[in-house]
Amino acid sequence: MRWKKDELRGWGGALTMEAELARPERQTALTDTLAETPCPAIGARRSYGDAAIARHAIDMTRLDRLISFNAETGLLDAEAGVTISDILNTFAPKGWMPAVMPGTGFATLGGCIAHDVHGKNHQLAGSFGQHVESVLLMGPDGKTQRISLKSKPKLFRATIGGLGQTGIIMSARLHLAKCPAGNMAVHERRIEDLDSFLEAFNASRADYQVGWLDMTAKDTHLGRGILEEAHFASGPFVPSKKSRAVPFYLPGFAMSTPIVKAFNWLYTKRIPEAGRDRERPLHKFFFPLDTIQHWNRLYGKRGFHQFQCVLPDDEAPATLALMLEAVASSGLASPLSVLKRLGHGRGGMMSFPMEGYTLAVDIVNKPSAKALLARLNELARNAGGRVYLAKDSSLEAGYLPAMYSELEDFRAEASKADPEDAFETALVKRLNIRGQA
Amino acid sequence: MTETWIIVGATSSIARAFARSCAARGVELHLLGRDMPELKRLAADCTLRGAASAKAVAFDARKPEKFEDIIDDAAQSSSILNAAVFVGSMPAQSAIDANPSLIDGVIQDSFTGPARLLQLLAPVLEERGSGTIIGVGSVAGDRGRIGNYVYGAAKAGFATYLSGLRNRLGRAGAHVVTVKPGFVDTAMTWGIEGMFLVASPEDIATSLIKAADKKRNVIYTPFFWRYIMLIIRSIPEFIFKKLSV
Repeated sequence: MRWKKDELRGWGGALTMEAELARPERQTALTDTLAETPCPAIGARRSYGDAAIARHAIDMTRLDRLISFNAETGLLDAEAGVTISDILNTFAPKGWMPAVMPGTGFATLGGCIAHDVHGKNHQLAGSFGQHVESVLLMGPDGKTQRISLKSKPKLFRATIGGLGQTGIIMSARLHLAKCPAGNMAVHERRIEDLDSFLEAFNASRADYQVGWLDMTAKDTHLGRGILEEAHFASGPFVPSKKSRAVPFYLPGFAMSTPIVKAFNWLYTKRIPEAGRDRERPLHKFFFPLDTIQHWNRLYGKRGFHQFQCVLPDDEAPATLALMLEAVASSGLASPLSVLKRLGHGRGGMMSFPMEGYTLAVDIVNKPSAKALLARLNELARNAGGRVYLAKDSSLEAGYLPAMYSELEDFRAEASKADPEDAFETALVKRLNIRGQA
Repeated sequence: MTETWIIVGATSSIARAFARSCAARGVELHLLGRDMPELKRLAADCTLRGAASAKAVAFDARKPEKFEDIIDDAAQSSSILNAAVFVGSMPAQSAIDANPSLIDGVIQDSFTGPARLLQLLAPVLEERGSGTIIGVGSVAGDRGRIGNYVYGAAKAGFATYLSGLRNRLGRAGAHVVTVKPGFVDTAMTWGIEGMFLVASPEDIATSLIKAADKKRNVIYTPFFWRYIMLIIRSIPEFIFKKLSV
């Protein structure tokens, strides 16, 4: 296998590393590569921090074939490199879709499992890993085994959300859900402040819910934004068209406070005061940012961090207010800030979701970002919350045990599966996730 | 009218993307290659993506004695018969320089093997008065360069063969498209230094489908390679021989 020297960047672009990458296109090439240099697998590189960064890595995106599909039960077997939008485009016309879809259709099946991702319907459907029937896993010695919750409960739960630490996810069997229609009926309305937002979420019975926050708003306007509630409407499925791309990195001032304020004002005023209803094609509703390829270049070369945490219900109101104030007064806010409700569903030991509210904020990578991120991480920990490792670029290793209560079980399983730490990534090293003394 | 596509060298990156594009159009596929497990995987993938049928067929460009059976089998179908040829091999020129016997394999894989297969297919298409053959050459065949002149020579031979075949089949109502891809992001080019303007296999596959639909004769893909090669071809030999482009 030829290795390609390339710079690996997280999607946020704040963390990078010179790396050597293999990209097998055949199963035998994968086996040979791993035998030559045991190293972690990476997918679409849509995690924001350093989850998909390592000195050596195997790019799985060309192992993206569909293996089998049972049209009675909806069980799909596919290679790890297949993308979520590929699954949607192929199966929605037949009436099936992934039960859980992350915010980008570019994410791979393997990546969705390794991060146990969630969607806008988490309360209803749980996390991605809860729909995985089994995983074909390759150990550092090249041996493969099929694992499921029944056959190997511990190893399976260490693999779901396991950041690739238990082995290379070669393929997986996923229960697809019925896809009732090609369009979503979306109701959008403006929300005046944080309290109203939390009330609106509590009162909402919609299948799909997502809130957009104006992170430049302060004082009495703190926490204002737009709430989207949606359910399946009608109409046939129309596959996504090829999207337009941001051709180059924008200059740094593109995300300066006045521009973000102006954008947020326009974005809010789009929605009439009385709210509005409209129908959106599935991919436009589920993957709004996929319409613009390389949108991360809008932040310029220095990139950005994404902070995402989940906070338990009782602590959420007070902590969210502190977090929003901290971001608003930092001047580092970007237009991309999301508030969602999460249910309790989680598939693995290191899964992110817990019952409560999740906040995701993009933060421009300026020198002052470090202090802000440290403050946000601290607030999340103090509230008994959890930071999402698929997004993280700034957590302190010391916070990890408090946030991830099954960390010790995970470490034990990962060490059994990968005794030499061959699958360690930059994220895993930075946060000492494998637990070296 | 349904279509059948024989895809020769089906496990290569571009061929895979092309097979998937065909599958989405509901065609019958004969997927030819050496790596049987991979062909079977591709066949399953294409079936799930909409192919009317997909069959893995053992094919080795260096074993022409099997070719007749392959063509006979595909010709059983009454649908419009087409073929797309993606085979070829490109050992490092330095390896060939050290071991000249490697030349025969390169010529067989990239030129004479596929030509012999198409030679058997041609009468079938003539008789039916329909069908398209897509032959994938390379910009490397446009001018012999120090870096890969044996591969280039094989591809040049294949391009000339395709030109003649087009002349022949055109009279009977069948069509031949010669395709010259530039740099494509495949296992063959992965990690090689000095690649630029690299196209994705999916984009190349789309351009092949378009070229076949529009009955184009010779295409460069992506299109700008026509101009790059125009420049490279127009460099006088007394200068070119000193370059290592």
